[in-house]
Amino acid sequence: MKVLVPIKRVIDYNVKARVKSDNSDVDLANVKMAMNPFCEIAIEEAIRLKEAGTATEVVAVTIGAKTSQEQLRTALALGADKAIHIETDEKLESLHIAKLLAKIVEQEAPELVILGKQSIDSDNNQTGQMLAALTNRGQGTFASKVVVADGKVNVTREVDGGLQTVALSLPAIVTTDLRLNEPRYASLPNIMKAKRKPLDVIAADTLGVDLTPRVQLVSVEEPAKRSGGIIVEDVAQLVEKLKTEAKVI
Amino acid sequence: MKTLVIAEHDNGALKPETSKTINAAVKLGLDVDVLVAGLNIGAMSEKLASIAGVNAVLTADNAVYEHQLAESMTDLVLSLADNYSHIVASATTTGKNFMPRVAALLDVAQISEIIAVIDADTFKRPIYAGNAIATVKSLDSKKVITVRASSFDLQGDQAQAPVTTVEMVSASQLSRFVSVEQTESERPELTAADVVISGGRGMQNGENFALLNGIADKLGAAIGASRAAVDAGFVPNDMQVGQTGKIVAPNLYIAVGISGAIQHLAGMKDSKVIVAINKDPDAPIFQVADYGLVADLFDVLPQLESAL
Repeated sequence: MKVLVPIKRVIDYNVKARVKSDNSDVDLANVKMAMNPFCEIAIEEAIRLKEAGTATEVVAVTIGAKTSQEQLRTALALGADKAIHIETDEKLESLHIAKLLAKIVEQEAPELVILGKQSIDSDNNQTGQMLAALTNRGQGTFASKVVVADGKVNVTREVDGGLQTVALSLPAIVTTDLRLNEPRYASLPNIMKAKRKPLDVIAADTLGVDLTPRVQLVSVEEPAKRSGGIIVEDVAQLVEKLKTEAKVI
Repeated sequence: MKTLVIAEHDNGALKPETSKTINAAVKLGLDVDVLVAGLNIGAMSEKLASIAGVNAVLTADNAVYEHQLAESMTDLVLSLADNYSHIVASATTTGKNFMPRVAALLDVAQISEIIAVIDADTFKRPIYAGNAIATVKSLDSKKVITVRASSFDLQGDQAQAPVTTVEMVSASQLSRFVSVEQTESERPELTAADVVISGGRGMQNGENFALLNGIADKLGAAIGASRAAVDAGFVPNDMQVGQTGKIVAPNLYIAVGISGAIQHLAGMKDSKVIVAINKDPDAPIFQVADYGLVADLFDVLPQLESAL
C-alpha cells in the first residue's frame, strides 16, 4: 500500500506571529519556519504503517517556494521514501492546494492519503476534506486512531463530546489530530541519508489547475488587547469581586 | 438569494451553537432557512422554527443522516445548494468535517471560523491561533462559511416558521458509522459551559485535578487543562483548552496554576471575565486576567470551594 503525505512549511509553533505595520499580512521575514505540527503527526503515522508492514511506500509532497524543500528533506529523514515538490511562489488557498494534490493523487495512486487536520498559520482546516471531495474518496478527519485492514481503514475521530469511529473503503483520506501519535526526531545518519533520496520538482503551473484567487485578504490586525485587571488580596476579595463587580457568579 | 444554515445537534437536542450560528447568518442580511439532518428529529425541527430570524426549516429525517457523516451530509447540502448564495454551519467538529467537502464540490473557497460579519462578502477570522485577525473578502458567487459560535450571541424566540421535509436520501457508500464513545460527564461541555475552570502544570499531577471538582460542581463549570498539563500526562487531551485544543469563551474562566503560554491564551482570551491563580507574580496569565490572585493554589482551592 502506498501512502501519500502532503505537508506544509509554516511558522515554527514556538514563535509568536507579528502583524506587519502596514496591516497587509503577518510578517514572516527572518522568522523561524518548520513543518506544521499536524503534518509531523501525519508523516509519523505513515512511517508507523510502513514499519508495521501495512504500507510499502511513503511519499511526501509539499506545495510552495523552493525553501519548502527543507521540510521535504525532514520528511525524508524521518522515513519517507521519496518526495515531490510542487513549486510556486504564489500564496495559494486550500481549494488550490486540494486541486494540485488531486493531480498528484491521480499520478501516484496512493491507497491512503494522510494530512494534518489544519496548518497553524491560516488555521483553515479544509485541505483534507476538499481533497477527499475532489477525488471522491471517503474521509476520516481529526483522527486519533487509524487501523488499516481488509481493504478498509477504520478511523477513530476526535469529535465534540467524545470519539466517533468510521469505516472507510480504500482508497481514503485521513487527517490527523494531536493524540494520534508522538512524532519521532530524525537521527543524524537519517538526515544524511535523506540527502540522497529522490526529490522531484514539478512547477505548479504545469498541472493545469486554475490558481486564480477566490479570497481577497483585505487587512490583518493585532487582536484586541485585554485591558489589565487587578490583583486581589485573598479568596474572600476575589469572590466578592466576582459577585458584585463582575457579576458572573 | 437566501442563506442556508445547517443545524448542529445530537439527535436529541439542538446545540447552543445553532442559535449563535443563526445570529451570524442573520447579519448577512438575507432570508435564513435552516436545514436539520438526523434521525427522529421532528421535535427539534419545531424548536428550530421558533428561533428568531428563521424563515423556514428543512427537515431531512432519515437513518442515513443519524451520524451526520461528511459524505452523506455533503450530498444532502449539495442537493439544496442551488437556492442559496450563502451556506453556513458552526465550526464544530461536525461542521468542520463536511463543509469543506461541500465547498470543494461547489468549486468555491470556504471561509473558516468567522468571528464577525462585515457585509455579505466580507468577514473577520482569526489566523495564527488568534495572534492576528484577518479581514477577508470572498470573491466567489456562492459562499461557504463556518462560524466560531462563541463570537456570536444567542437568538431570541419568534412565532413558529414553516417546517418542510427534504426527501433527498444520500446513497453514499464511501464511509460507514462504526461506533461512538461519549465522554461520560455530569458537567457541561467545555465549549458550551458558562464557567470553565482549568488547571495547568502547577497542579503537579492528575490526582490534584480532583481539587477542581468541588468548585466546578458549585459553579456548574466545565473542567479544562493547559497543554502543559496534558503533555505531562495529568489529564486526557480532550480537556485541553488552547490553539490545538478547544477554543472557549465562557462568562467566567478560572486559570489555576497556568502560566499563560501563547498557545493557551489563544484558546481562552475571549472569555468575558478571566481569573488567574498562580504563585508566580510574573506569570504572563496575569496580563490577560481581570482578577489575579498571587498565591499557592493548594491553599487557595479549598478556600475558594468553601467560599462559594
